[in-house]
Amino acid sequence: MKYALLIYSPATAEEYAAAATAGRQAAPGKGPWTDYTQAAKDAGVLLGAEQLTHTETATSVRFAGEDRLITDGPFMETKEHLLGFYLIDVPDLDAALDWARRMPVHDGQTVEVRAAMTGMAWQRVLG
Amino acid sequence: MAAGPGVTGLERAFREEWGAVVATLARRFGDLQAAEDAAAEAFAAAAATWPETGVPPNPGGWLTVTAWRKAIDAHRAAGRAAAVDPQLLSDVTAAEEAEMPDLLGDDRLGLIFACCHPALALEVRIALTLRYVAGLTTKEIAAAFLVPEPTLAQRLVRAKRKIRESGIHFEVPAAARLTERLAGVRAVVYLVFNEGFAATGADGLIRGELCEEAIWLARLLHTLLPADAETAGLLALLLLHHSRAAARTDSAGKPVPLAEQDRSRWNAALIAEGTSVLDEALARRSPGTYQLQAAIAALHAAAPSFDDTDWPQIALLYGSLARLDPSPVVAVNRSVAVGMADGPLAGLAVLEPVLASGALEGYSPLHAAHAALLEKAGYPERARGAWAKAAQTSAVPALREELFRRHENS
Repeated sequence: MKYALLIYSPATAEEYAAAATAGRQAAPGKGPWTDYTQAAKDAGVLLGAEQLTHTETATSVRFAGEDRLITDGPFMETKEHLLGFYLIDVPDLDAALDWARRMPVHDGQTVEVRAAMTGMAWQRVLG
Repeated sequence: MAAGPGVTGLERAFREEWGAVVATLARRFGDLQAAEDAAAEAFAAAAATWPETGVPPNPGGWLTVTAWRKAIDAHRAAGRAAAVDPQLLSDVTAAEEAEMPDLLGDDRLGLIFACCHPALALEVRIALTLRYVAGLTTKEIAAAFLVPEPTLAQRLVRAKRKIRESGIHFEVPAAARLTERLAGVRAVVYLVFNEGFAATGADGLIRGELCEEAIWLARLLHTLLPADAETAGLLALLLLHHSRAAARTDSAGKPVPLAEQDRSRWNAALIAEGTSVLDEALARRSPGTYQLQAAIAALHAAAPSFDDTDWPQIALLYGSLARLDPSPVVAVNRSVAVGMADGPLAGLAVLEPVLASGALEGYSPLHAAHAALLEKAGYPERARGAWAKAAQTSAVPALREELFRRHENS
């Protein structure tokens, strides 16, 4: 089964920007997230992963009848922000929860584990 | 399993088999709803035919085969791709009812682990376990937990959907997770028991049966995992606690404290079974909190009277328990035992840090223990204040009355 591990953080845009600078300057091949990603890749479970820009930079397209309204900001203002995700393929929820538990997240962050739906007609396009 | 008035032999056989049939189908189809629907159809078919044809020689096999066929029919009618091993499918379909359970084995452990999965909310784990493992009806569970039946039914529907869609499998967890997950299963069974044990007064009649259900579950768990010492410890603890059930309330339904209970009304058979299960568990030399609590309960059960109890040994056991589980609730119980073993001042010393921390300010037994120790130590004024606090914080009306009485008399 495919699972998305969604990483939520209470970091403000400023805190996140500082952490991002440090993340780009870190020595290649080192650091807890590098180790985690390598471990998932070596285990053959990793399908993809992305780190997102802060929700403060989000742009939303709102649908109302025929109108498409562009607004500055996220869908919903919340204290915790979706800042990244891993997409993995493992046998069951227990295995997905194990990978979530192994994430080197900070205190106060939350990883939401969601299974992907299967057998939907539209998915056949993906091949 | 509780066989209350009105529960016929047929109904009891049904409930004994229900969990096994649901487990077998849930594991093979990966879908608790499909398993429940098919099991319900098979049980309805049995209810319609057995009174005339008589109960078949292997009722479990009959129910499993019938439910299996209903499930296959429903599966095909829904046009779903066969998630079931086709080989097993034909084997099972061809099987005679007598061979069916042997062919499939016992899947109940996997069902229990799925129902008690930590990804489900605690009250949902309890409801799932009682519905699918113990075979209680939605109506019975709703009554026992004082929630409207539609609310409980809705909770079960959502839980079944989560199990199916989130990939909770009906399997025994891998070795690395087994200890933690098994502790979670035991906690669910213990909570079911405590729900029944804490119930007094008007609700007591319905809710008291939860104790029997919890013992049935603990017994099943012990049968499925005979080598696990803490699971045996849990069963022993529940049997020993339940042995006092008849003496715990008076004829008016008011709770009777341990010191004043009529020990001739304790159930000797439950005490004997609990003690023997505990002895076997202790022989495995793998101690844990349930075994320690059971050992304490066994010492109470063996004592001719409250005063003539092996308090020094009980105080020692509470000391070991406090090291494994340093919770303030354990400290409160320990203070009572130490007070009996080494005098009220020693008991008060154990209670001191709990009172100072304020962690259990709203916990009535803390103030009751404090009051009793103060009384014995010769501080009647301070005892009066503690009795009053105990009465104010008690959530059980009958107990509150009793505590107020002590407050008046102190």
